[in-house]
Amino acid sequence: MITAGIDVGSKTIKVVILKDGRVTGRGMKAAGLEQAESATVCLRQAAAEAGIKESDIEQIVSTGAGRKAVSQANSQITEVGADAVGTVHVLPEARTVIDVGAEEGRGIKVSAEGKVVDFAVNEKCAAGAGSFAESMSRALEMTLEEFGQISLKSTRSIPMNAQCTVFAESEVVSLLHAETSKEDISRAVHDAIASRVASMVRRVGIEQKVALIGGVAYNPGFVNSLSRSLETEFVIPDDREYIGALGAALVAVERSKGNK
Amino acid sequence: MAEYKTEPLKSWNKAKELRLKYYKEYQDAHKNGGLRWTGGAWSFDAIPAGLGRDVYNITGEPYGASLAFDKQLSKECMEAAEAKGWARDLCSYMRNYWGSMYLNKYAFGGEYPSPDFCFQDHICCSHGKWYQHVAEYKKIPYFCIDVSVGPYEDLDENRLMFVVNQMHESIEWLEKITGRKYQDDLLIEAVENECRSTSAWAEVCYLNMAKPAPLDEKTMYSLYVHGTLAKHSKEIADFYEELRDEVKYRVDNQIAAVPNERCRLMSDTQPPWGFLKVFRYLENFGAVSIGSLYTFGLIGIWEDKPDGTWGPRTTPMQKGESITTRDQALRILADWNLSKPEWQHFYDPNIKTRMMLQIVKQWGVDGVMLHLNRGCEGLSCGIMENRLGIAEAGVPVMTFEGNMGDEREFDEKRVMARIDSFMETLGIDMLQKAQ
Repeated sequence: MITAGIDVGSKTIKVVILKDGRVTGRGMKAAGLEQAESATVCLRQAAAEAGIKESDIEQIVSTGAGRKAVSQANSQITEVGADAVGTVHVLPEARTVIDVGAEEGRGIKVSAEGKVVDFAVNEKCAAGAGSFAESMSRALEMTLEEFGQISLKSTRSIPMNAQCTVFAESEVVSLLHAETSKEDISRAVHDAIASRVASMVRRVGIEQKVALIGGVAYNPGFVNSLSRSLETEFVIPDDREYIGALGAALVAVERSKGNK
Repeated sequence: MAEYKTEPLKSWNKAKELRLKYYKEYQDAHKNGGLRWTGGAWSFDAIPAGLGRDVYNITGEPYGASLAFDKQLSKECMEAAEAKGWARDLCSYMRNYWGSMYLNKYAFGGEYPSPDFCFQDHICCSHGKWYQHVAEYKKIPYFCIDVSVGPYEDLDENRLMFVVNQMHESIEWLEKITGRKYQDDLLIEAVENECRSTSAWAEVCYLNMAKPAPLDEKTMYSLYVHGTLAKHSKEIADFYEELRDEVKYRVDNQIAAVPNERCRLMSDTQPPWGFLKVFRYLENFGAVSIGSLYTFGLIGIWEDKPDGTWGPRTTPMQKGESITTRDQALRILADWNLSKPEWQHFYDPNIKTRMMLQIVKQWGVDGVMLHLNRGCEGLSCGIMENRLGIAEAGVPVMTFEGNMGDEREFDEKRVMARIDSFMETLGIDMLQKAQ
């Protein structure tokens, strides 16, 4: 059986193709303004990697903020549900899932069966999501990769008082004028994001093991800050940004069997 | 195919007429030589009723909500309040109300009808300041009764008398500022009406335990509001008794609010008034919001029954008690209001959690949706403690952020997406193809 999961995030679209329970193709593309078109391109890309025709796909499930834009999808699942299914599939021991994407962070408590027990999502604010780190790296004229790495070289903790990205940028400029090192500023930014995410995750409670997924999990500075803030280690799957799409593809398998 | 039959509420038109009549009578009061006063929905409106039958009030919160429903006017009001230098995170009803006053625009047409005096009580910090500012801006007298005597379960004679003595003082003040002679018989009548209306509203909510629920919360919002306008009036007390009889009929005949009811939810605090479609969206899942501590207990008065359930409070008249003196009327009025469910959490969020869990259990609620209402500091106070208590009791709970009166703080798409996730968690699929 061949199924596909399409995760239409606010910044990127990810596609996973499953053939008999094995990942055979993946695609990723910037979402842009035309999400439907981008999803189509991304699906084509994944199908090519899997060596199949799109018409070979029996069931497609879309997820993510833009899931309703995917005309090829047979059905949808929320990003919370897809994250839970995808994470427990690759990390069966996970009971707490933290997903931090470009514009949204989520904390999910999951059962052994991949069911959502409780969840919390960040409110109308980007200060607890990846776009905040991106914006701050631009302010420091660094790539996001550099920005994440130098955070680990920081020797001191500086609290950032700003509660929103706009004011935080001004605060970064003030810190630069005060000749604070870029390493310390980077850590301060990551600590601020981690603090937001940690307080959201604590709402649902921390139950071991804790999985960290989403594109921001590639940022070592953030992972370090969040680990200190929550006083826990994480299990981080490979291809962490594809977990939502994988979850959707797995749900497609179940739905194809008529179990849902 | 619908599982239950449904039909419009017969009392609906009367509810609308009463509400419009209330605002019109307030507007026209001066034409007929009457008095106008303003205060909150929680003010002791039975007390000014003793000044005569030509005394009309406008309560700030429902007026602020009416303004919020008119998005364009509300935006103008907010901007007018902010232009005066008021912070954006103050009570949004208050900012709407003040904006209407500054712009001299009445939500129901014409100019803002200036009150002759302000009469308020003080449990929420915004409430006291709200009418203090109105009084200063309009150069009118202001009286405020401090009711912060602790939770009802700790009420004793001293605490009760702290409130009753202020009530006595307020009557002397009313006589002085209006030059009118106070009529105790009108006070007694108003207190009886208030007990009757607030207990009858609790009965209406109590009937919503039935499955299918005869009312959904969106409809209840349009009905509970009468108690926030003039809970002391005979017209409102009579209306609530008629409504109770109609709801009872719906229960007896299985007439549902949501024909395909299969999931019962409960909310909390004021809704985002400009986005009541949230409740219609729930119907796509066959979900009905059966009410909340807010709709039940903002105005409704309840009591613990001997069998451990929660039910409408027995009125003094039902107990065979007759009210004959001013002091007795004021004691009853104070005691009655101090037992108001929505006053209790100001002292301890655990009391609110307890009541919410009682509703969950008694009304058969499957999940709870908490509105983290940026527009109301008072009713949002302790709400995350409530979330924790509800979750620890094993009841599914979600939160969404918004503002009852300032639509700029509500992200419709995100809230709907969160509802989707919550319903998925409850194992409830969307009924319609619309997904």
